[in-house]
Formats: sequence, structure tokens, C-alpha cells
Amino acid sequence: MQMLQSSIGRKLVMAATGLCLVGFVIVHLLGNSSIFIGADGINAYAEHLHSLGPLVWVFRIVLLGLFGLHIFFGIQLTLENSAARPIDYVEKQNIRTSFGAETMIYTGLAILAFVVYHLLHFTMHVTNPEISVGVLPLDALGRNDVFTMVVLSFQKFFISAIYAGAMVALLLHLSHGIQSLFQTLGLLNGKTLPVMEKIGRAVAVVAFIGFVSIPVSILLGLIKV
Amino acid sequence: MDLTLYVWRQNGPDEKGKMEQYEAKNVSPDSSFLEMLDEVNEELIANGELPIEFDNDCREGICGTCGCVINGVPHGPQEKTTTCQLHMRQFNDGDTITLEPWRAGAFPVVKDLVVDRSALDKIIQAGGYTSAYTGEVGEANQTLIPKPDADYAMDAAECIGCGACVAACPNGSAMLFTCAKVAQMAVLPQGQVEAAERVKNMTEALLNAGFGNCTNHYECEAACPKGVSVKFIAKSNREYIKALGK
Ligand code: HEM
Ligand code: FES
Repeated sequence: MQMLQSSIGRKLVMAATGLCLVGFVIVHLLGNSSIFIGADGINAYAEHLHSLGPLVWVFRIVLLGLFGLHIFFGIQLTLENSAARPIDYVEKQNIRTSFGAETMIYTGLAILAFVVYHLLHFTMHVTNPEISVGVLPLDALGRNDVFTMVVLSFQKFFISAIYAGAMVALLLHLSHGIQSLFQTLGLLNGKTLPVMEKIGRAVAVVAFIGFVSIPVSILLGLIKV
Repeated sequence: MDLTLYVWRQNGPDEKGKMEQYEAKNVSPDSSFLEMLDEVNEELIANGELPIEFDNDCREGICGTCGCVINGVPHGPQEKTTTCQLHMRQFNDGDTITLEPWRAGAFPVVKDLVVDRSALDKIIQAGGYTSAYTGEVGEANQTLIPKPDADYAMDAAECIGCGACVAACPNGSAMLFTCAKVAQMAVLPQGQVEAAERVKNMTEALLNAGFGNCTNHYECEAACPKGVSVKFIAKSNREYIKALGK
């Protein structure tokens, strides 16, 4: 419990939950890329996930817990950090930090807002029920037609824009977050830190391109129903 | 050369401060930054005005007493250089220079550019020492320490406690200062006895003193006049993890 009041202790929670969330992001990206195989790819993938039954719920609750801890401590630490400099500089020049590092709380909150929208959209079918699973007919093999739902959604420019904007926030968050988490976990030294900064940025860019390629391909008509 | 200075003037801890403009005329490029301020102050005194207060002692870059934020950078534009070792050749004729005190809630302004850094002493008091008996003078050499460990500890011990890391940190955190001490002692046999309590107590003292938390901006290392590395922060994080079970 003392750990949850300590400076390093709470940072470790941020880092451990951040690492798990990065893992989730990567797995999610791999899963989503099954859309490039076509309806057969992503509908089979969705069917497979739902066949896991109660495991899906275990997974969802764990993920929610990780997300909750990450957000709670993220906000708490950010508030403490801004309180630590009550009078600001007239002129301050940063030398080493990055835009991503300076905007962690904003990109984090943007991701949170996006996750809420994303769940309302594709999981709960609240925002666009007319083109969602449940209203759409099942596919030829009697599965939920996730493929058609995604394609019809991203053909709407506005929806694609929301997703692309959120992925910019994720890009910035991870461009700092990945190297930061390894430093927090104490796994870096003077030599490996600059290398991990490059790896972190590279992973962030790959995740960005991976996710954004889906709405872009659909808008360009490369993937269509 | 001639310079325009914008300097934070504040008469006392509870007074309201503001930036004031001064002209520094005929500054020699060979004078040090503090000598330039000395000359400005002599003129202020001659005119019956209060001189600009700034901290300094050794003026050799070893004591850690001096320091103000020069054009937005703690200790000014030259890397690995204290304010007292900064020379006016780093500037050009006609330049404008802003001077502000270290800004952190834990460092209240005493007067003008002078801040109270006793919060750093509180962190040291919480564990920046060893209680182990290390013997008389000659006996120190009887505890053999591998050369890489000695070098590592010496690199961490380069910290002169000036507080530039806090001033530079976007979160007003004293992690580099704290962790340099934790890491220095963690690799030495005398320090290992109390390693677990040290990292917990010193980081707790850091929060209690009102400093922020590290979010790995690494501005501290960039501003440190001794180039103390953020690898010591990672080391302290490892020490904290090791101490968790204890
Ligand atoms: C997919 C979702 C997310 C992922 C993958 C993620 C990942 C990360 C990672 C890896 C870190 C670095 C941890 C460390 O420095 O030790 C981090 C830090 C942080 N995250 Fe997130 N995060 C996500 C969502 C959020 C959300 C929703 C918030 C909302 C408040 C948030 C706010 C923060 C803050 C404030 C930090 C601390 C900044 C720092 O330590 O430099 N994150 N995140
Ligand atoms: S006055 Fe001693 S370090 Fe500058």
C-alpha cells in the first residue's frame, strides 16, 4: 500500500499497466489486420473471439482494471507535477524532451475519449446502429458481418477522421511512453536508453501506420463490400 | 558589448516580484557572467538602487551555490557549465538576456534570483548517508571496491547539489539529485546495508518537500552542469523494486 503513495511506486504501476496496454494495442492491431484478408478474415476472427465465451469477459475486466489504474495514476501524478511549479517561468526553453512527452496527459485523455466512442461504435452499436452488426444481415456462413460494418463505417469520412485523429494521439503517447516505461522499470542504462528511444518511436509509428491503413484503404476503395 | 537584461526582482519571500529591464554597457567578452552582474550591481548601487541578489560562492564551478535560469535554461546556454563558469563570449553584442530564479514550489524565492534550497537537504537527511563505520583514514583502502563500481559511484557523486535539475524539470522534480545519491551508495559496500530504506525514505522525502514526480523528460541531465546521467534514475528504480519485498 505504501507503494501506491510513493513516487517511484506509482510510476511503476503506470509503467506496468502501460506495458500491458501496449501489448494489447499490438495484439489488437494484428487482429484488425485480418480485414485485409477480406470478410473471411475478420468475420472468422470475430467469431473466434466470441467463441471464447466467459474468457472474453475475464479479458475485458482485466483490461478495464489496467486502463483504470493507468488513468487514475496518470491524472494524479500530472496534478502533483503541475502543483510542484506554482509560479511558471517567463521564459523556459526545453532542450531534451519531446512534444509527445509534454502532452502525455492530453493525448491520454484523447485516447480515453476515443475508447469510449470506439466501444459505443463497434461494440455496443449505439452511434451508427443502421450499419452495425445486429441490423446488418449475417454473412454467407451465418456469422456476424463485422467486415461490412467496418467498411460501411469507414466509408463515412467523418468516422474515419475520428479514428485517424485518435491514432495521432496514440502515436504521440507511445512515442514517449514506450521508452519511458522501460526507464521506469529500471531496465535501461546510459547506452541502451538512446536505442530504446528509437525503438519506442519506431513501434509507435508502425502502430500508427497499421491502424490508419484500414480507414485509408477503405476510403480509397481498396477494401469494399 | 552592450546587452539588455530582463531580471526577476522580488524584495522578499512574501513580496510580489516582476521582471525589470537593465542595460549592461561595455561588457568584456572575457568577463564571467557573474562579473557582468557585479558590474551592473555597482552601477545600481552608485545610483542608489538595490543591487540584484544572486547566490554564489566558489566561482570555480565546484560548490553548487550559484545558478539562475538564463534565457530559459538553468545555468545558461553552455553545456555542462555552472553560471559562475559561463563567460560573456557565449553572448553577442545587442543580445537580450532574461534572468529568473529556479522555479519550484519547494524552492521559495528568498530575494531576486536567490532561492531557498534547503528542501534538498531534507532529502539528504532522509537517507543520503551511511551509518556504517568506515574506519580511520588508512583503513578506507582495506575495503576493496572494483574499479567500475568506484567509477560509477564517482560519476554519481559529481552532483554539486545546485538544483538545476529541479529548475529544468517540467515537473519540478528532484529525481536526478535524489537518485544520484541513491545510486552512488547502492554500488558501494558501505551503502548497501541501508540501500532498501534509503531509496524509500529519500523518495518519500522528495514528495514531502513538494517536488514533482519524474516522467522521464530527461531535461535534468541536459541542464546538469556536471552531466550527471539519468541512468542513475533507472538504477534507483531498480533499487526501489529490489526494496519492495523488504
Ligand atoms: C491504449 C491506451 C494507452 C496506452 C497503450 C498507454 C501507454 C502508456 C505508457 C507505455 C506510458 C509510460 C509509462 C511510464 O512512463 O512508465 C504511459 C504514461 C502515461 N499515460 Fe498512458 N497509455 C494509454 C492510455 C492512457 C490514458 C487513457 C490516459 C489518460 C489519462 C493516459 C495517461 C498517461 C499519463 C499521464 C502518463 C504519464 C506520463 C509519463 O510517465 O511520462 N494514458 N502511457
Ligand atoms: S559559485 Fe560555486 S559553483 Fe558556481
